[in-house]
Amino acid sequence: MRRHLTGLAAILVSGVVFVVPFAFIAVNALKDRQQSALPDFSWPAHFRLVDNFVEVVKARDYMLIIAFINSTILTVASVTGMVVLAAMVAFVLQRRASRWNGVINFLVLSGLIIPPAVVPTIWVLQRLGLFKTMPGLILIEIAFGLSFSILLFRAFISTIPRELDEAAVLDGAGPLRLFFRVVLPLLRPVAITVVVVQSVAVFNDFTNPLYFLPGDQNATVQLTLYNFSSQFTTQYNLLFMDVLLITVPPLLMFMFFNRQIVAGMTSGAIKG
Amino acid sequence: MVPRTAGPRVRVEEALAIMTTTTRPHPTEAGKHTGAEPRRRTTVKSPYPYWFYLPAALVYGTLFLVPTFASFYFSLTRWTLFDHEFIGLDNFRQFFDEPALVKGFTNTIVYAVVTSGLKVVLGLLLAVLLTSRIPARGYLRSVVFFPVLVSTIGVGITFTVLMNPEHGLINQSLGVLGVDGPGWLTDPKWALLSVALVDVWKGVGLATLIYIAGIVSIPQEYFEAASVDGASAFGRFRHIVLPLARPATVTVIILSLIGGLRSFDLIWAMTRGGPGFTSDVIASVIYKQYQAGFYGLSTAGNVVLFLVVTAVIVPLFWFLNRKEVEQ
Repeated sequence: MRRHLTGLAAILVSGVVFVVPFAFIAVNALKDRQQSALPDFSWPAHFRLVDNFVEVVKARDYMLIIAFINSTILTVASVTGMVVLAAMVAFVLQRRASRWNGVINFLVLSGLIIPPAVVPTIWVLQRLGLFKTMPGLILIEIAFGLSFSILLFRAFISTIPRELDEAAVLDGAGPLRLFFRVVLPLLRPVAITVVVVQSVAVFNDFTNPLYFLPGDQNATVQLTLYNFSSQFTTQYNLLFMDVLLITVPPLLMFMFFNRQIVAGMTSGAIKG
Repeated sequence: MVPRTAGPRVRVEEALAIMTTTTRPHPTEAGKHTGAEPRRRTTVKSPYPYWFYLPAALVYGTLFLVPTFASFYFSLTRWTLFDHEFIGLDNFRQFFDEPALVKGFTNTIVYAVVTSGLKVVLGLLLAVLLTSRIPARGYLRSVVFFPVLVSTIGVGITFTVLMNPEHGLINQSLGVLGVDGPGWLTDPKWALLSVALVDVWKGVGLATLIYIAGIVSIPQEYFEAASVDGASAFGRFRHIVLPLARPATVTVIILSLIGGLRSFDLIWAMTRGGPGFTSDVIASVIYKQYQAGFYGLSTAGNVVLFLVVTAVIVPLFWFLNRKEVEQ
């Protein structure tokens, strides 16, 4: 009995704290402009789901579409890069003991802890001709995401028996063949975790596109949220519709890959 | 497609067969006996070549390590990206002379400590609740965790509306209860704390998740033994969950401190450091100075942030891990 009461209380409190904000977004995304001028928790007088959707998509010359394309390119390219590069590093790092290992482990941890230096990074990008370009931002996301990916891969590779590599080598496989044909396919579970966790992170990233890829043509979805507020008025119905739209991809990830997300995010919890 | 993947698959199965058959000698050991093998082994390259590090090292080196090292030099200059003039420690002097910038420094510490502390406490309590046998556990876990995956800017904008002093849902609800809510984001005393609370709202799901993983990994026997000894629920929490979930606590503290010290987007979405500069943190100062074209000063901010993060995280890391070894 007491257990059920606690459960009921938990459902009520979580409803108020965690569900109401999302319901608030949804309700206001459906209102017309007048009613949403002062956003509150009232029921929409006129349902404007389609109108608001169309208007958000059309805003500023279909900027949202361009932004979704940009974000998709950025996410797919950088996460692919992260997976391949991090898996290669983690593989050799886990398998081959050498005097470099200490240095490399230190660098990996530094990448997790040290905040990137903004203006010097812009300076380097400019020297390379990559500032304000999509490839530049993709490389930035790869560089900043490598450390976490390497840690996840390394932990998983340590569970793959070494005898497997030796057998492949005996069969005449070179390093590339060994890695790409034998080891990489076995990394599938952890690779899915890395892909899911990192794509949510890159898709939601605001700071790096803000610094390294400014300009309307290059906007990523996070920056479209600033389309609907000017200095004087904010079109809250469109703003919340936009919030709703850019929440869809993470929501899909959450629904389909919940287990992998949990695995990735709790990897440090048990071993410390 | 099928024949292609069949190749390695077969080999993997062979490898597994080699592993499991005890009668067959270990391949490398077999080589030692025949005598012909060792000479070949010295010429065979390692199957784990160092050049596998190269692509990652190239990207990480140029875009992370070089800027990090360069920041130490450029923080000592007046800098326009094309031209720089060495001015010694002037940028740092300015950083700690201007009240606006000093405020950013102290706010960073306050923000990190508040968010980290609340995430540890609330995350632990929620995890204990969500590992006990209550109805709708799966639903509750999802609801608590989902905000972690949502766009920070979206969350920031939504809560800015909810925290509006007159029309916001929060103060209207408090008004119904007869409480006069503060101007969450407009009152200088509250602004930073309000943002920190939203940060906790968004991030507590991750802390909870980490704690759940930690608690679930505690062997059930401990709880059984405790209940045989007649331990109370609080006793079980105090003497079993708390000490044995320690690795989870370490992870939550370190992760949330790192996140809290460098946090920028939520603050930028909600207050832009305002009102005035009362909710500025180092990361937002860096952005503001960058926008204003003070690249040297901005980079000095980066160096200060680097020093703060290392000064907080490294000793903590060492301390927390050392205690664990002692136990």
